[in-house]
Amino acid sequence: MSRDRTVGALAVACGVLLAAAPLAPQWLMFLLALALAKGLVVLGLVLLMRTGLVSFGQGLYFGLGAYSAALLANRAGLADAALMILAGTACAAALAAILGLLLARYREIFFAMLSLAFSMILYGALVKSSALGSTDGFNLHAKSFAGIALASGTERRVFYAVSVVLVFGVAWLLHRYLASHWGRLSAAIRDNELRVEYLGASVYRVVYVNYVAAGALAGMGGAFAALAVGHVDPETAYWTTSGEFVFIAILGGTGNVLAPFLSAAIFEALRTIASQYAPNVWQMSLGIAMLAIIMFLPGGLWTLMQRNKAA
Amino acid sequence: MNPILVAQGVQKSFGAVSAASDLNLSFERESVVSLIGANGAGKTTFLNLVTGYLKPDRGSIRFDGRELTGHSPREITGLGIRRSFQIPQLFHSLSVRENLRVAERIARIERVEQAADAMLEKFGLTRYAGQAAGLLPEGIRKLLDVAMALVAMPKILLLDEPTSGVAADEKFGIMDLVMGALRGRGVTVLFVEHDMDIVARYAGRVVAFYDGRVIADGEPAQVLGDAEVRRYVIGEETHA
Repeated sequence: MSRDRTVGALAVACGVLLAAAPLAPQWLMFLLALALAKGLVVLGLVLLMRTGLVSFGQGLYFGLGAYSAALLANRAGLADAALMILAGTACAAALAAILGLLLARYREIFFAMLSLAFSMILYGALVKSSALGSTDGFNLHAKSFAGIALASGTERRVFYAVSVVLVFGVAWLLHRYLASHWGRLSAAIRDNELRVEYLGASVYRVVYVNYVAAGALAGMGGAFAALAVGHVDPETAYWTTSGEFVFIAILGGTGNVLAPFLSAAIFEALRTIASQYAPNVWQMSLGIAMLAIIMFLPGGLWTLMQRNKAA
Repeated sequence: MNPILVAQGVQKSFGAVSAASDLNLSFERESVVSLIGANGAGKTTFLNLVTGYLKPDRGSIRFDGRELTGHSPREITGLGIRRSFQIPQLFHSLSVRENLRVAERIARIERVEQAADAMLEKFGLTRYAGQAAGLLPEGIRKLLDVAMALVAMPKILLLDEPTSGVAADEKFGIMDLVMGALRGRGVTVLFVEHDMDIVARYAGRVVAFYDGRVIADGEPAQVLGDAEVRRYVIGEETHA
């Protein structure tokens, strides 16, 4: 029953966000587009967390996705948003497929630190490479979507609408995945790897597949973010960016595929408001928010929704 | 005679402690064998060696002529050797039904829902079906642990203290249930047990362990009457 509710909630949220496309002010659309992009990365992180793993290095795939998309537009001259999203996702998935072979063998702090280390290698490489703009990065500009030319002025709204549809499509797919045998198997691995092996299933394979999926989602999120911001820089792969994703994941909780988007939106709003009205203490405000969540809602904001349903 | 499981010269030590020293055991097809011994005698170590969780320092373990040492628990499970655990190994955040469903799907059981329903009923778990496994009372956790080992019919079933933690008046019930489910299916059963009444009633053969060695092996009446067994195994039990 709750599964149907989630599908319904996804549809409603998608509809509301789409309806906002022609009406919302630019700043709100920008905030929402960024929240959707980050929500995608966190969706992948939630998948890993459901398998019992926390990655402090999703910035690797986020940055790679952003740079792949940006390079396709700037250097290869293929400034098509759909192609850029595809490229960002594919590059991230390919790298995750290689690194996953190693990382799927590690757990807990070793997994977290190794994933962090890999992301910092990319960051270091980007900072040192002057051809890619070094610490400044570079700008990008998409001229079409799937071959359809975009009139300037409307392009942001079109990107936003497309991201809404794509992101919610992906969220629905992940929702289906989590409710499937492999989704339950992921939870089983988090609970008791030993028993999973003793029942005859390969823990390594499930962890690997989930890792690659999370990488692909982060790459897609990176491409979306690059399109929304119109600029990429090494910060996308920096550890604080990865930490931000973990923050958003904990803020929302792993209870539902909608939670990452809700918490990403809250996070972005909090950051926007806090950096405007309290620019010197905005990080502290986020820290306090995090402490409050851990102390009072250890299952994340989503537990509030569940409590409401139960009431 | 063609034994299904043969251990030859198996040795395993943890530092200075010898958990298996030169074990030579063979098990006939469809036999029901109880492994007894005080805590630390090497019974669970033997199960861990057979299922690939531990690798022997020396010796070989062959299943149907096939070497098991060096293979993982997953591969050995795939060959048809399944086990339950002394401390129930469950998926605590999943419900009882989901635990069974995961086990059944991995074992490629068809019609998972019906199979889960049948299993829940057989083990008297129907009223707990929706509860998270982590919140179950110990006896029920044990039942679920055994039920999960039985979702697919194994060739060899290893039960590690299947009745520990279960209320005294339900112990025979569990064993009746398990043995009933296996009857006529050609399954070889090895079970570790501390309750000598259970051993005497269900085992066709008893192997007594002490200090990583086998000190007696034979028919239940003979082994349970053995002076060494009475001193080192049963004696310790009654004074424990």
